[in-house]
Amino acid sequence: MINSTLKALSQQLAAKAISSEELAGLYLDRIEAANPLLNAFITVDRERSLQLARAADAVRARGEAGLLTGVPVAHKDIFCQQGWKTSCGSRMLDNFISPYDAHVIERCAQAGLVTLGRTNMDEFAMGSSTENSWYGPARNPWDRNAIPGGSSGGSAVAVAARLAPAATATDTGGSIRQPASHCGITGLKPTYGVVSRYGMVAFASSLDQGGVMAQTAEDCALMLNTIAGFDERDSTSVERTGEDYTRKLGDSLAGLRVGLPREYFADGLSADVARVVEAAVAELKKLGAEVVDISLPNTELSIPAYYVIAPAEASTNLSRYDGVRYGHRAAEYRDLVDMYERTRAEGFGREVKRRIMVGTYVLSHGYYDAYYLKAQKIRRLVSDDFKAAFESCDVILGPVAPTAAFDLGANADDPLQMYLSDIYTLSVNLAGLPGMSVPAGFAANGRPIGLQIIGNYFDEARMLNVAHRFQQATDWHRRVPAL
Amino acid sequence: MSLTHQDVARIAKLARINVSDDEIDAVGAQLNTIFDMIAKMQAIDTDGVEPMTHPQDSALRLREDIVTEPDRRDAFMAIAPQAEAGLFLVPKVIE
Repeated sequence: MINSTLKALSQQLAAKAISSEELAGLYLDRIEAANPLLNAFITVDRERSLQLARAADAVRARGEAGLLTGVPVAHKDIFCQQGWKTSCGSRMLDNFISPYDAHVIERCAQAGLVTLGRTNMDEFAMGSSTENSWYGPARNPWDRNAIPGGSSGGSAVAVAARLAPAATATDTGGSIRQPASHCGITGLKPTYGVVSRYGMVAFASSLDQGGVMAQTAEDCALMLNTIAGFDERDSTSVERTGEDYTRKLGDSLAGLRVGLPREYFADGLSADVARVVEAAVAELKKLGAEVVDISLPNTELSIPAYYVIAPAEASTNLSRYDGVRYGHRAAEYRDLVDMYERTRAEGFGREVKRRIMVGTYVLSHGYYDAYYLKAQKIRRLVSDDFKAAFESCDVILGPVAPTAAFDLGANADDPLQMYLSDIYTLSVNLAGLPGMSVPAGFAANGRPIGLQIIGNYFDEARMLNVAHRFQQATDWHRRVPAL
Repeated sequence: MSLTHQDVARIAKLARINVSDDEIDAVGAQLNTIFDMIAKMQAIDTDGVEPMTHPQDSALRLREDIVTEPDRRDAFMAIAPQAEAGLFLVPKVIE
């Protein structure tokens, strides 16, 4: 039961082979046993979860159940959920019980999904390892000495260790795709604007996008069906008619043009990852795909552009944490400004402070043109690279990260090294494109490696088609870590 | 580029983050490493390139100026560090 996909669980519930309450209990027992080792969850509230499950069972008893009614999922601790602590991995929000629901949470509740708990993450989603959490690092279930990736590390660990069949997550610079790759699960970051940001704690608003993690592409499609769609309360939510993201899953890949960006297979890519990605491409060729050589010449520039734009937007967004309306307030202070300064010094961790300071500087008087405006121009160049590339291919394939998961603590004192490892994911956020990571193999040391699939704007259904056909031909996504 | 002790102190002040005097140089060293990486942008010719602010380049939507939110004042005040009579309390600002 515990290795079942979301789809299989929904069938078991529909067949009344198990109740939602029993199913939630099964997962909650696993969480209770495994969380001390993995630190995947920040908050678990057994009674509240079981209550939700019983309500779902009642809906089913009345004959009103939908496809996912009663299926349990985990939520990244970045989505505001009424009555639940929504910490965003920060001491600043350690006492914050959300008074309202994020759009994503509302949609999941409407679909009858049962919340299993709130997953660990890098503070305010800033990081690639989940080591920046106020609640301590989450651990990779394949090797507890390895990072699980980040920032959605807790969600990835929960799905990989079968503590939840699916989880919500967010991706600002790779925070869904990279942990999915490092934990051997499937993760999907939609096109910017497909999933409402309402109630999702803001990091960098022109890059942030909510998405999903699960065992399979098919499950990701079902979850995306649940959370996608226009929402008036997010000014950048895209007004489009709804679509069924499962509709192309079974399509043939014959004649599909897959682009391989030269720059993604150059210096810096580890032999392990190169081998796995090349084998995955070979598999897709067997399924009928045609390989096209493409170029994304400004790939390297995505790192400086991102690390100006994201901190600039973060410094603005995080100015709201002032100890006045909610969250942490320092215990002692001399005056108002001292209260702000102490509250923020105590409430934020080192990486968050670093990024706020970078952002404050690049937006400060006299430096705007040299940094922020320059970065936005480079963002255009990076985005134009993709436009040109999609003239000659349907999807782009490549690595997610240069290496498999590194050891816990390996980059802890070297923020720059951590930033450089985001090279293959950042440009997708700068352009606002959809991207996925799909399990594709393992490094020599046994740590998982994902294949990145990048789609054109609003082409999630095709990306999911490629991922699904790949998963029908391979069994990497069925491998489970021994706990 | 190299941020001085004074630069870092000024940035911390602007960011409203208390950084003690003996931490400033360590923080500054890490910021300088990051800015050295960011400096790579300056070598790129971007003359005539339109800055990209948003992936969809679309204009922001306007809506009717009508009340859409319910009054949840009490729920929102209840989570404030210090509140009284519907007001958020802060240290005295005007003498």
